[in-house]
Amino acid sequence: MAIEKEKLKELYRTMVRIRRFEERVAREFAEGNIPGSVHLYIGEEAVATGAIAHLRKDDYIMSTHRGHGHLIAKGGDPRLMMAELFAKKTGYCLGKGGSMHIASLDIGMLGAAGIVGSGIPIATGAGLSAKLRGTDQVTICFFGDGAANIGRFHEGINLASVWCLPVVFVCENNLWAVSVPTSCSLSVPNVADRAAGYGIPGVVVDGMDVMAVYEAAGEAVARARRGEGPTLIEAKTYRFRGHFEGDAGTYRPKEEVEEWLKRDPVNNFKEKLIKMKVLTEKEAEEIDQAAREEMDEAVKFALESPFPEPEEALKNVYS
Amino acid sequence: MREINFRQAIGEALDEEMARDPSVFILGEDVGKMGGLMGEIGGLYEKYGVDRVRDTPLSEAAILGAAIGAAITGMRPIARMRFADFLGVAWDEIMNQMTKMKYMFGGKIKMPLTMDALTGAGRRQAAQHSQSIEGMLMSIPGLKIVLPSNAYDAKGLLKTAIRDDNPVIFLEHKMLMWAGPKSQVPEEEYLIPFGQANIVREGGDVTVVATAYMVTRALNAAEKLEKEKGISLEIIDPRTIVPFDKETVLNSVKKTGRIVIFTEECQTGSFAAQVAAIVADEAFDYLDAPVKRVNAPDTPVPYGVVLEDFWMPNEEKLIKAVEEIV
Ligand SMILES: Cc1ncc(C[n+]2csc(CCOP(=O)(O)OP(=O)(O)O)c2C)c(N)n1
Repeated sequence: MAIEKEKLKELYRTMVRIRRFEERVAREFAEGNIPGSVHLYIGEEAVATGAIAHLRKDDYIMSTHRGHGHLIAKGGDPRLMMAELFAKKTGYCLGKGGSMHIASLDIGMLGAAGIVGSGIPIATGAGLSAKLRGTDQVTICFFGDGAANIGRFHEGINLASVWCLPVVFVCENNLWAVSVPTSCSLSVPNVADRAAGYGIPGVVVDGMDVMAVYEAAGEAVARARRGEGPTLIEAKTYRFRGHFEGDAGTYRPKEEVEEWLKRDPVNNFKEKLIKMKVLTEKEAEEIDQAAREEMDEAVKFALESPFPEPEEALKNVYS
Repeated sequence: MREINFRQAIGEALDEEMARDPSVFILGEDVGKMGGLMGEIGGLYEKYGVDRVRDTPLSEAAILGAAIGAAITGMRPIARMRFADFLGVAWDEIMNQMTKMKYMFGGKIKMPLTMDALTGAGRRQAAQHSQSIEGMLMSIPGLKIVLPSNAYDAKGLLKTAIRDDNPVIFLEHKMLMWAGPKSQVPEEEYLIPFGQANIVREGGDVTVVATAYMVTRALNAAEKLEKEKGISLEIIDPRTIVPFDKETVLNSVKKTGRIVIFTEECQTGSFAAQVAAIVADEAFDYLDAPVKRVNAPDTPVPYGVVLEDFWMPNEEKLIKAVEEIV
């Protein structure tokens, strides 16, 4: 599939924005501006970017505890995200949810959850809703390799398959669920192999290559939109940092980490685009600079925003 | 005597029980090389091997289901469930299986199964990593519930839990696991029986029943009230809420005539509500004031410092309740 020049640049820009956002979160967390815990998406940018690039604004995504990248790719505003992480009133969820729980229905972000795997059947429900309402909206459901071992993985994907729902299930296989490697949790080589059990396509894709993800997701989204049912895509990727900020990640072999760091999806894509003459060094530098400024601005916004009133804690329990 | 913290207490209890009884084994996420989320069981994997310290896939229902299967066939599993919030994923195993099998099968089986899980707020972990669900848990007959408030009790109670022939959930408060004070703990082995409350502080004016991390806060409040107002609190830590040592609480109320129940749960359907009902029922004639409860509001746990601090029961809220009834 030939991807248009502008599209390629756009993919690159999104990846850089995610990377810069996450780097800034790491810094702000270390400085004590962000309470609780944060799980960063650094290393996995190509997956959200390549997949979500096929969605319209009214399409849906279901995110995870490692969800900042999904939201940025879906059009999230880094200022409101940062404010949420800083527990500020101006955040996406009034500062009540934090890093693991950002939702923004107006751009189709159905939410992120701290209970691993919980999003899978919920995405199926969003797909059902689109079908019942007679729209052609597609839902992309992200989840990790760890989540693939929760019972809901089976229940959610089976139901979507049986009912032929417009959902694309994207497993971000970064090889580790905290300290448990997939070699100890999968009885088949690939999560995507399980698609056979549901009679749906299962596709393994290089999650460090945004063009490969883009291509695979393009087919899956088109298929879903045509009403032909779900696809299970497995993107092989790697988290470059600890499970959460503060986790030294010493359970992973050093050689493995080093191998994967060489496959940096952002830098490698930049080099590729320059080689392809889609991008010049200067343009790449401009994109990077703009992303840095955008994230500076996001932090400034978060810092200057007020905290919620304490009584906010009592609101929004019921509609 | 040496001092150890809450985490070390957990590690020592597990180690001693595994050394004593080869049928004891651990299963759960990140229990192996990582040694638990905070390294609290570091070294056990190296010492007892992969058969007895088993990393599992991310599969809570399978962890508890497998623990049940192992328990009824001669093993003594310890299922490490990490956050109490995650029990929701395996609720059937808790509510319909492990706690019902002995009864429905006419007493024919034993269920020597221990679960442990982090409970409580205070770490800014938001709505799905901060809940105190003891009210829900205690509404399931057949389950014993341990809520230790310090390292000494944690060690002795966990050893008792592992030796118990019933399903036991052992709830570790995050504020104690991460930053709780050390306790003096003897080198020699000791066990703490279930159903024996601890009078943490003696006093004559108001009985305060507190659990887990709220014991720490009750002690702070007691000191302040004593110094500033001359009010003396008697603080009782039930240590296990099922079985519950109501005698110790009732005896204290007979002495003080006043009681505040101070726990971190949402108030509706809570352990605190149960204690209040017992006191109203069995010590009514001794009461000089209404039974008071200081708990969390009936909302999910919010994120962030401002909202979570507002949400959590604390010293000021306890002091206010005490002052209302003296
Ligand atoms: C039901 C449930 N079990 C356990 C956890 C603790 N936990 C949080 S993230 C995680 C690993 C998740 O692995 P994966 O799904 O592969 O996502 P990743 O973190 O690698 O992106 C675990 C065990 C949880 N949050 N929810």
